[in-house]
Amino acid sequence: MTPLQRIQEQFPAEIIETHTFRGDETAIIRPASLLPVAKFLKETPELDFNFLMDLTAVDYLFYAGGRIQKEFRFEVVYHFFSLKFNHRIRIKVPVDEKTPEVDTLCGLWASANWYEREVWDMYGINFKGHPDLRRILMYEEFEGHALRKDYPVNKRQPLIGPQN
Amino acid sequence: MTQTRSMLLNVGPSHPAMHGVIRMIMELDGEKIKGVDIEMGYLHRAFEKMCETVMYTQCFPYTDRLNYVSPLINNVGFALTVEKLLGIDTPERAKYIRVIMSEISRVTDHLTCVGASAMELGAMSVFLYMIKAREFLWELVEEITGARLTISYVRIGGVKADLTKDFADKAFQKIADVRKVLIEADELLTRNRIFFDRMKDIGKISAKDAIDHGITGPFLRSTGVAYDVRKASPYLVYDKLDFEVPVGSTGDNLDRYFVRMAEMEQSLRIIEQCFQQIPDGAVSADLTGVVIPAAQMVDSAKMGQTESLIEDEVSLDPTLQGSTRKYHDAVNANKKDVVLPAKENVYGNIEGLMNHFKLVMYGHGIHPPIGEVYMPVEGANGELGFYIVSDGRDHPWRVRVHPPCFPIMAALPKCLIGDMMADLVPTFGSVNMIAGELDR
Repeated sequence: MTPLQRIQEQFPAEIIETHTFRGDETAIIRPASLLPVAKFLKETPELDFNFLMDLTAVDYLFYAGGRIQKEFRFEVVYHFFSLKFNHRIRIKVPVDEKTPEVDTLCGLWASANWYEREVWDMYGINFKGHPDLRRILMYEEFEGHALRKDYPVNKRQPLIGPQN
Repeated sequence: MTQTRSMLLNVGPSHPAMHGVIRMIMELDGEKIKGVDIEMGYLHRAFEKMCETVMYTQCFPYTDRLNYVSPLINNVGFALTVEKLLGIDTPERAKYIRVIMSEISRVTDHLTCVGASAMELGAMSVFLYMIKAREFLWELVEEITGARLTISYVRIGGVKADLTKDFADKAFQKIADVRKVLIEADELLTRNRIFFDRMKDIGKISAKDAIDHGITGPFLRSTGVAYDVRKASPYLVYDKLDFEVPVGSTGDNLDRYFVRMAEMEQSLRIIEQCFQQIPDGAVSADLTGVVIPAAQMVDSAKMGQTESLIEDEVSLDPTLQGSTRKYHDAVNANKKDVVLPAKENVYGNIEGLMNHFKLVMYGHGIHPPIGEVYMPVEGANGELGFYIVSDGRDHPWRVRVHPPCFPIMAALPKCLIGDMMADLVPTFGSVNMIAGELDR
């Protein structure tokens, strides 16, 4: 049984959609169930996802030139990896534009701390319960969130020097 | 009544040991480190944002600048991710070339890391020896890619150019030279009292903490966990090669040094095996027949004399060495919608020209299907993963790099707290922090 089938069996009501593309198993889950699902992934002996390998977000504003409408603007993407079983799974959580927030995973994996800071910095997604949610790559005075699709590529915000 | 307060000390970003790109605010009790706050982002160049604005092939120059000590591994990682997205495979020879180039890069990366951390502890001669060895390897890289640092060598579906004719002999010579340097450095460092005492039991991290922080690569292996992407999920031809994954036991600076030294030897072994196993390409083919200058070919094509152009060998600019028609098919997938045609075809016939245009013109290019993939490769610092979301158009919708030194930097306070202030330098050196991939 693959990890995807296992969580489908465990959380049938919480999974919005699943797909397997080029061997990557993905489950899109309801935001409220993130913590229970993550806990299940980490603590179930036959899954044993001890690595939170990567955490990022994607902005789907004007996705595919507006041809494909997504219900929610953002998705927070988690890549888990199990050292023991050498398997991976991708969990995605849709996030609303008006109240962009999800629960933090800092309590389960220490690696979530900096990744979540980066997602906050780049996308402005708030992680509820994060101990130290500061900007990480940009400076404190930076306005806006640079990886959002409505942030212009050529916009400059120098700390000193001419503004555009 | 005496009162003790801890002292705040600002280290960097313009401190040589901080490489000019990291600022650490240290909380000190005497000389003991009580707390560390790491500030990064000084080298942030918006890699991920820029990749969203260009076509898939145009991302390669950006990936060169991620880990600028082993740029070929970034190239390979990005190409493999796009190939996974497209669902295409590359010829066997291209795979071996990619492995050879990746392993050369891994050795240069480890040489830089070990050499620089030795220098920061006062062993200047080791640094010079190791940079000399790195120079040998960069000469090999230069011979094939035409550049030393910003190589942009790997292509989606293959590589830019085939190996040169006597490359294997040159490589064996350089490998022998590098081995000599490694033995020399080992003699200078491993039994050196100063180096040993500064590294032993400093900057310790447990395997549990390392896994919790998502650390991979030599840093994780020094704690005794034998996780290597090349073994765990072999890509390219790593499953056909015989190599070991060296591990440490205590997870201190000395173990990380030993792991890196052992890994360099394994990488050199891999390169040697690759040269034994690599299938023949056009390199060994006999260059007979008429060779005409490129200008003459273009002139005759303009006048409509195109009958013989398909067969004629054309002498091109030296910068295109190894990427001409004869070599092209051995190192590139047979996919016209992905791989650029050989240069003679671009200049010599209309089909090649159109093919070229369809791939490079704005709005055309490579169109992967809608989907998302994550592909890990073993970078010099650990798992280097690319996560690409495609919306079916010629631009990536989202490119995310999982930089291997990011989690290590996040865990660095754990290694530092409790050690002396002066231990910051060897511990930070053993991280092999590359700001290009850390800040992107």
